[in-house]
Amino acid sequence: MPHISVEGVTIEFPLYHIGARSLKKRLLAKSRLREDDSHRVVVAALRELNFRIERGERVALIGHNGAGKTTLLRTLAGVYQPVAGRLEVEGLIGSLIDPAAGMDQESTGRENIVLRGLFRGLSERESEAMADEIGAFSDLGEFLDVPVRTYSAGMQVRLSFAMATVIEPQVLLMDEWFLAGDAAFMQKAREKLKLLVNDADILVLATHDMAIVREWCTRAIRLEAGRIVADGPAEVVTREM
Amino acid sequence: MLDQPRQNEAEAPVYRFDAAMPRRREDAVEDLVTGLRRWRLPVALAWLDLRNRYRGSVLGPFWMTLSTGAMVLGLGLLYASLFKQPFEKFLPFVAVSLIIWNLIAQTVTDACTSLTSAEGIIRQMPLPYSVHVLRCVFRNALIAAHNLPLILIVFVACGLWPGTEAFGAIPGLLVLALNAFFAALLLGMLCARFRDIGPIVASVMQLGFFLTPVIWEPRLLQGSGDWLLLNPFYPMMEIVRGPLIEGGASLGVWLAAIAYTVVAGAVALAFFVRFRGRIAFWV
Repeated sequence: MPHISVEGVTIEFPLYHIGARSLKKRLLAKSRLREDDSHRVVVAALRELNFRIERGERVALIGHNGAGKTTLLRTLAGVYQPVAGRLEVEGLIGSLIDPAAGMDQESTGRENIVLRGLFRGLSERESEAMADEIGAFSDLGEFLDVPVRTYSAGMQVRLSFAMATVIEPQVLLMDEWFLAGDAAFMQKAREKLKLLVNDADILVLATHDMAIVREWCTRAIRLEAGRIVADGPAEVVTREM
Repeated sequence: MLDQPRQNEAEAPVYRFDAAMPRRREDAVEDLVTGLRRWRLPVALAWLDLRNRYRGSVLGPFWMTLSTGAMVLGLGLLYASLFKQPFEKFLPFVAVSLIIWNLIAQTVTDACTSLTSAEGIIRQMPLPYSVHVLRCVFRNALIAAHNLPLILIVFVACGLWPGTEAFGAIPGLLVLALNAFFAALLLGMLCARFRDIGPIVASVMQLGFFLTPVIWEPRLLQGSGDWLLLNPFYPMMEIVRGPLIEGGASLGVWLAAIAYTVVAGAVALAFFVRFRGRIAFWV
C-alpha cells in the first residue's frame, strides 16, 4: 500500500568552500550551522523529522523560504540521502519539483516527451505513444514540433505538468511552481490533480499559498528551520499561521 | 527505486533508506546495472550534446573531422621536416598518434565534468549516476567516430595498407572505452568534490602530450624504452596504434594496459561504492 514513512530523518548540506577560520566561527554562531565530526561546516536542512503519510492523504508542506520544504521533497524523491534516520516510500513516485529538469531546450516538445520517457525507463515507442496525449493535455498544438527554447514560461510549465502527470504516479511530490500556468490551464491542472489524488494516491505539496492548502490538502506540516513545528489537519495548521 | 517499473506491474516500488544500515555495495551495483540496462538514455543524451554543440552550423560535427585533419596535416609537415623523415612515411604515424591522443586527452578532460555538468538533473530526479557517466563515454565515442575515419583517409592517400592486423585495434578501442568509463566515474566524483582537480588534470594532459610518444617515435629513446610503460598513456595509446602501423602491439604493452585498467577500475569502483550517496551534495 502506498505510504511514506519518515523516522528521524536528518539532511545536512556540507559547505565545502569555507576555508577562513574567522568566517567559520562567525557562521557557526548561527544556530543552523554546525561543525560535523570531520570538521566540516554543515547546514542542517532537515532535523530529525518524524511523520507518516498514509494512502489518500493530501499533505501540504508549509513554512518560510529556506524552511526545508523543497529539500524534504527531494529527499522523498530519493535525490538526497539522509545522514541519519530511516526513510521508506512505497509507490511509484512522480516528482514535479523543477519544471525545466531534464528538458532539452533545443529539442522540440515531442522530442522532449520521448526524452522524458527514456528518463523514466520507458522505451522510445512507449514514449512516442504518450506524445499525443501529452500534446492534447498541454494544449500546445503545433508548438509540439517547435524547440522548447521558443516556448513561453507558461507553455513550458504546461508541457512539464503534462509530462509529469501522464504516468499517474502513486506518490506525487510537487513544488508550487505549477501555479505559474495560465488560468485556463490551472483549471485543467486542478482537475487532473484531483483525479490523481482521488485515485487513493498520496500528494505532498510544498507551497506558500494558504488558499491552495485549504482547498487542496487534508493535512499540513509546517516546517521551520528544518524542524516540524506543526502537523495536523490543514484548517487547524493554517489558522495558526 | 531508480528504475521505476510501469504502473501495470502489481508490486508497488519501494524506496527504502536507512542511514544506520546503508547498503552501499548493493546500491552501487544496482546503480551500475540499471544505468547499463537503460543505455538508450545516455546514448540519446550524448547525441543531444553533440547536436546542440553544433546547432545551426552547416558542417555540424564534421567541423571536428576538419580541424583534426588540418592539425594532422600541419603537424605532419612540420615534424617530418624537423625529424628529417619522408613525409608520406611520417604522416600515417602522426595521423594515427594524434587522433588517438586527442581521443584520450579529450575524454579525460571531459571526464572531469561528467557529474558536475549533470547537476541540474542530479538534484531534481533520482537517476542512476552511471547514466551521466555513460553519457560522457558515449559523447566521446561519438566524437571519436568523427575523427577515426581520418586514419583511413590518410592510409589511402599515402598508399599504405596495414592488412588484417589492423583489426587488432578493435580490442584496443574497447579497453579504451572501459577506461573512459572508469575515468568518468572517478574523475567525475573527484572533480565534483574538489574543484581544483579539473585544472590539475588539464595541465597533466598537456604535459602528457609531450611525455608520451605522440609526435616522436618510441625508438628514439634508444634502450630506455621500457621505462615508457610507466606512463599509463603510452600502453593505452599503443594498443590501438600498434595494430594500425606496426602490425600489432607487444605483449608487454598489452599487459601494462590491462594492469592499468584493473587498477583504474578497482579505484573507481571502490570510490563509487563508498561515496555514491554523497554525489548529490557535491555537484
